[in-house]
Amino acid sequence: MVVGAGPAGLAAARAAAEAGARVRLIDSAPSAGGQFFRGRPDVPPVHPKVEHLADSAVWHLESVHNGHTVRVRTGPADAPVRRGVTLHADALILATGAYDRALPFPGWDLPGVVTAGGAQAMAKGHGVAVGRRVIIAGTGPFLLPVATSLAGTGATVVEVLEANGPAGWLRAPRALLAGAGRLGELAGYAKALAAQRIPYRTRRTVIAAHGTGRVEAVTTAALDNGWRIRPGTERRIAVDAVCVGYGFTPQLELAVAAGCRLRDGFVEVDAAQATSTPGVFAAGELTGIGGAKLAAAEGTVAGTAAAASVEVPRAALRAVRQGRIFADGLAAAHPIQDGWRTWLTDDTLVCRCEEVTLAGLCDALDRHRALGVRTLKLTSRVGLGPCQGRVCGRNAAELAAGHTGGHYDPADTARRPIAAPVRLGELAEEETVEEMNGQA
Amino acid sequence: MYPDVVVVGAGVIGAACAHALTAAGCAVTVVDRGAPASGTTAAGEGNVLVSDKAPGPELDLAMLSRRLWPALADELGDIEWEAKGGLVVATTEAAAQPLLDFMRDQRAVGVDAREVPAGLVHELEPHLTRAVTAAVHYPQDAQLQPVLAATALLAEVTRRGGVIRPHTPVSTVDTGRDGRVRGVRVADGVIPCGAVINACGPWAGDFARAAGVPIAILPRRGIVLVTAALPLVVRHKVYDADYVGAVVSDDAALQTSSVVESTAAGPVLIGSSRQRVGFAERVDAHVLRALARKAVGLFPVLATVPVMRAYGGFRPYAPDHVPVIGPDPRLPGMWHATGHEGAGIGLAAATGRLIADLVTGAAPVIDLAPFRVDRPAVLEAA
Ligand SMILES: Cc1cc2nc3c(=O)[nH]c(=O)nc-3n(C[C@H](O)[C@H](O)[C@H](O)COP(=O)(O)OP(=O)(O)OC[C@H]3O[C@@H](n4cnc5c(N)ncnc54)[C@H](O)[C@@H]3O)c2cc1C
Ligand SMILES: Cc1cc2nc3c(=O)[nH]c(=O)nc-3n(C[C@H](O)[C@H](O)[C@H](O)COP(=O)(O)OP(=O)(O)OC[C@H]3O[C@@H](n4cnc5c(N)ncnc54)[C@H](O)[C@@H]3O)c2cc1C
Repeated sequence: MVVGAGPAGLAAARAAAEAGARVRLIDSAPSAGGQFFRGRPDVPPVHPKVEHLADSAVWHLESVHNGHTVRVRTGPADAPVRRGVTLHADALILATGAYDRALPFPGWDLPGVVTAGGAQAMAKGHGVAVGRRVIIAGTGPFLLPVATSLAGTGATVVEVLEANGPAGWLRAPRALLAGAGRLGELAGYAKALAAQRIPYRTRRTVIAAHGTGRVEAVTTAALDNGWRIRPGTERRIAVDAVCVGYGFTPQLELAVAAGCRLRDGFVEVDAAQATSTPGVFAAGELTGIGGAKLAAAEGTVAGTAAAASVEVPRAALRAVRQGRIFADGLAAAHPIQDGWRTWLTDDTLVCRCEEVTLAGLCDALDRHRALGVRTLKLTSRVGLGPCQGRVCGRNAAELAAGHTGGHYDPADTARRPIAAPVRLGELAEEETVEEMNGQA
Repeated sequence: MYPDVVVVGAGVIGAACAHALTAAGCAVTVVDRGAPASGTTAAGEGNVLVSDKAPGPELDLAMLSRRLWPALADELGDIEWEAKGGLVVATTEAAAQPLLDFMRDQRAVGVDAREVPAGLVHELEPHLTRAVTAAVHYPQDAQLQPVLAATALLAEVTRRGGVIRPHTPVSTVDTGRDGRVRGVRVADGVIPCGAVINACGPWAGDFARAAGVPIAILPRRGIVLVTAALPLVVRHKVYDADYVGAVVSDDAALQTSSVVESTAAGPVLIGSSRQRVGFAERVDAHVLRALARKAVGLFPVLATVPVMRAYGGFRPYAPDHVPVIGPDPRLPGMWHATGHEGAGIGLAAATGRLIADLVTGAAPVIDLAPFRVDRPAVLEAA
């Protein structure tokens, strides 16, 4: 059983099917492809022997003595009736991907401020631009494809701001070599930017958004190495949309529910993509951020290993090794620096769902000495709303650590036994159990 | 008598003990191996109930606590104290008479319990199922937010000069030649004291064993469902009459009884299950289903509401389901305050007061014999 039909899950399902296993591929989206292939004509087809369950969200995962039980709801999230089914598998491959991270700054809650991934999904999925004059800010190579997609939908991209410096790559020459293929792809995006005369500036970012009812302008500023604002470098620019992307956060709830060990916030895997939980494999962004090619290579390794019948292809193993070196280089070149915490003012929202401001968070920390993630949530209400901390959890944990000097484990915010929304009535239903053995 | 007291465990029980002890003039240090209020207390729903208790020692403790909490809430500031009242309903013919009998026994010992005539139930709870066969209103039932309460109690302890030491595991107690407690051991040495309060919640048995005076305290798994925020659908704490059965049962198998209530912030809490599975962290789907089923049974309108979250904790209980509050006769200077099972939030105010009375030698306001440490269920089972 493969959860997630992005590049990693598709490759895993294919490899497992080719190795002779019975495979089910489950994804909450209406069609396969995940984030990378959204709206693209070149989505790899689902292998004909793979049973693809589209529009199907896995909301619960349980390890049982002889395998794994997943509970699935099928049907669009807002449909009045969704079908529920309980499936059993001998081996499980998690390929649930990642979602992108936004850092808070004054005005980030205004309509018109979106995540770079969100803007990308709208542009690729629906051909819709988030605005007419757009600024893109954050860190990492992902900002480049977002800029070209937005330009492709007719928006004017005012500029692309990379908060880190260009020198980061010099520190990772091995990664440069390993990632020759990926670099070509990135160079392609950079060329496209140049052709469209979209300025790309480093060590600069958006530190505030302004507007009444909707974003009308932003303030950008130059940053030092630690991401503190260089005084006097502020500039005001008129825009009607802002895209922010500060790296990615893995979609960890199913892996956490399966008891998989984490390392640096990602699922720890061995050379065969096996996690610390027997019979559970992980592939793609869940194990580290490295792009669609690496995700697919990991999927191939995981699929073959999970089917447990043939040797893992060497080419895929090599691709994973090289891809990881490149990914590590990327991560090293695009760190998130602590200085972002100084961009906030007292009334900046940290948690948008529950409208918790920085002052509110600090008040909870000071008055209630909230020294752990659970107490922080329950005294400040950060992360208790509909997003359940997916957007704000890491930011709040880092702000709290900066304020108290304590340790707040961001993985604690991924403990969500109900991995996708279900309705109370659906939970209450008698379940339909399908026993399916001999299945990966 | 004991100028220096170390409270081990900064849950709601340890916090309430420290608060009452500092009020009585003791110098107190509260030590927790983790962050304060991050254990069982962070899983509690915050019900302060008299309705679910049959006449007996636990009800006496609950009545005392119910008298103490309003003044504490005034003193502490916003702990989301709300005296909203409880409504217990029977939904089958068979459950109706036992509920009314239970109510009569409670009234005899002073609980404010009022039978609600069939025609008036839906004035109290408009969205309640029509299948009600009997209903009792308990105006004294209340709620508070456990983490706010525990952290506010601790803040007050600090203000009075007490010391809180988070992230400091206590390995055992240190005794002098006279056999009395003279300190607790932590990684970097000994914190000297004349008295130790074991307020380690479900881990109280482990700490007592490490100190050489084992007591039987076991964990009982509980899970709560949290819905998305709603406009006020549920006005009281509403539960099924079979709740009473679940509290006193010895059965290890799953028991659920849905206490359904709205919180100040909007989400509805549904809980909770009772299961003896040791310290296993898992959240089983059949438990979630059982909880959801009961809640939808009571409030059919909740069927379409999204569930945001499920979380759980481990209630500390003694084999005879009575809290353990008092001195340990085997080790002078050692006191236990634990075993509150699914009622520790509510019972914290009284527990703190009684521990302070005992430690300072004041006469306790209620008879503490039923809670004593050297009762067979607590010692023999350990
Ligand atoms: C919004 C967004 C847009 C992106 N756009 C691009 C881009 O244009 N170009 C680029 O190079 N990179 C893009 N990326 C980066 C991208 O994540 C990777 O390059 C690549 O898609 C990772 O592949 P994956 O298979 O690991 O995960 P994904 O492609 O993210 O696939 C994960 C899949 O798992 C499914 N899933 C997750 N949880 C569940 C569940 N509980 N039940 C059922 N299904 C579930 C999701 O629906 C999703 O389809 C984007 C990332 C994001 C977050
Ligand atoms: C799902 C659920 C719902 C509940 N609902 C309610 C309710 O509505 N109303 C109600 O009244 N009660 C409720 N309860 C019960 C209530 O939560 C508990 O009775 C109460 O929290 C117990 O508090 P405590 O301080 O004894 O334990 P805890 O809060 O667990 O505190 C014990 C502390 O001791 C620390 N500790 C342990 N060992 C050591 C050591 N060796 N050294 C240092 N520190 C140590 C731990 O870190 C912990 O912080 C519920 C419980 C659960 C699980």
